Amino acid sequence: MEKIVDARGMACPLPVVNAKKAAESLSPGDTLIVRVDNEIAVQNLQRFAGHMGFSAAGEKQGETEYTVTMHIGGTEKPRQEPETACAVDARKKGMLVVLSANTMGTGEEKLGKALMKAFVFALTKQDVLPETILCYNTGAYLTCQGADTLEDLKLLESEGVTVLTCGTCLDFYGLKETLAVGGITNMYDIVERMEAAVTIVRP
Amino acid sequence: METEVKLTKLASCAGCGAKLGAGTLARMLEGFQTREDPRLIVGYDKSDDASVYLLDENTALIQTTDFFPPIVDDPFLYGRIAAVNAMSDVYAMGGEPKLALNILCAAEGMPEEAIREILRGGYDAAYEAGAIITGGHTIRGAEPIYGLAVSGFVHPKNVLTNSGAKPGDLLILTKPLGIGILTTAAKADMVEKPILNRIYAQMAALNKTARDIMVNYPVHSCTDVTGFSLLGHGFEMAQGSGCTLHIAVDSVPIHREALTFASMGLVPAGAYRNRQYVRGGVKLRRDIPLALQDILYDPQTSGGLLFALPEKDAQGCLRELQDKILHPAIVGYVTEKEDSFICLE
Repeated sequence: MEKIVDARGMACPLPVVNAKKAAESLSPGDTLIVRVDNEIAVQNLQRFAGHMGFSAAGEKQGETEYTVTMHIGGTEKPRQEPETACAVDARKKGMLVVLSANTMGTGEEKLGKALMKAFVFALTKQDVLPETILCYNTGAYLTCQGADTLEDLKLLESEGVTVLTCGTCLDFYGLKETLAVGGITNMYDIVERMEAAVTIVRP
Repeated sequence: METEVKLTKLASCAGCGAKLGAGTLARMLEGFQTREDPRLIVGYDKSDDASVYLLDENTALIQTTDFFPPIVDDPFLYGRIAAVNAMSDVYAMGGEPKLALNILCAAEGMPEEAIREILRGGYDAAYEAGAIITGGHTIRGAEPIYGLAVSGFVHPKNVLTNSGAKPGDLLILTKPLGIGILTTAAKADMVEKPILNRIYAQMAALNKTARDIMVNYPVHSCTDVTGFSLLGHGFEMAQGSGCTLHIAVDSVPIHREALTFASMGLVPAGAYRNRQYVRGGVKLRRDIPLALQDILYDPQTSGGLLFALPEKDAQGCLRELQDKILHPAIVGYVTEKEDSFICLE
């Protein structure tokens, strides 16, 4: 099958977006022809084809007439991105959050738990995220199945935050099998991380 | 729901990506008659961030302007980013912004409330910077435009030009790269919310903190990385200083997601223009993935400062910056002029 996408007159990034949509509807062996009106769109489409593992050829047909012909490839995965670069995210180096209990503040337990849930939720909304979150004593409950903080901690982990729970604490409360986010740590690691921290935030 | 106008849909180019190529601009200005004035310490001929004029032995006036079409849909944020970006040139000269004038073009279909929010964003940034917006000029036009004309001051001895880098200096960059590519991808609704929030916060952050730390060190040269990209502005610094800037590519802080979008072909036209502009002036010492090169040529809106200082001072300065801002890094070093102005390694 051959499909033609006319992306002339479209501003960047629309030619690529439309090519991507068209490619998704095609099968290996099919041909996708994208018509564009500038050289930059041609180069961007060639990058796109390279990313998808398609072979592609650009051709100039007039002053503002170009075509890029792509041959939709097989099942090979899109090319992996270089890993060597110095990637950044929202984490602040040296910022450590310590969750030493499953409640926040002193008072009614019910309120304390609600405050802790709100605290972890508010953490996810910050422009700056901690580098690490350490959970110990009843704080271990926060990272285990059934905790209402779990989804937010998972979100933080997906943003690159290291979430660690004290192994001794998991054992003591019989939680080890139910740990649902992050890794397990020990007292040496906890001490080292606290010593190395620039800022420690403790609700 | 209130009437929502997608500001970026009213613009044909995003932010500093709208900038005319450096080469084109230089060609257009060739041959014009201009007056000589010994008090003009930094003029157009230096391709610097702002002009600097000596008022008396203790005061030099810095003047600059910057404006662009919407880079984000939220009008307050757009105003804030445009103003932060305009004042950045003053910080890049080592000075402090003091007076500013609004430059505003309101497009058809923009509700009054949106225009007010853009201005509020500008005032918010000026207030934080310690500057006063004293007036301005507003017109109607096809595309929204906002920015500031800014005047600032600096002690004449402390002017930081982009042409003073010395062999042996290290280079510090104060904000990560990838803004142009990410805002292009955002136009296609391909960027997730947390990432957008991260780059919005970065663009809305003044270079004031970085400047205030930088001026306590014997910095030789400074520029801000905006529309001409790291390599475009770096090239001008190298050329102006008569040195070679060596960029340690793996040390340059970048937004990881920009790599993916670059390799998918979501590269703004400005990045191609920048590549064209410095072509021949850049040497690759090893194989560098195309997507990573694209990021080095990516036009930044409200980007960070790039400055050169002696090696012995760089670590201390970096540590101080790390305490106050998110992702500063040492990204390279300066040598005597080699066979190219920029060397990627």
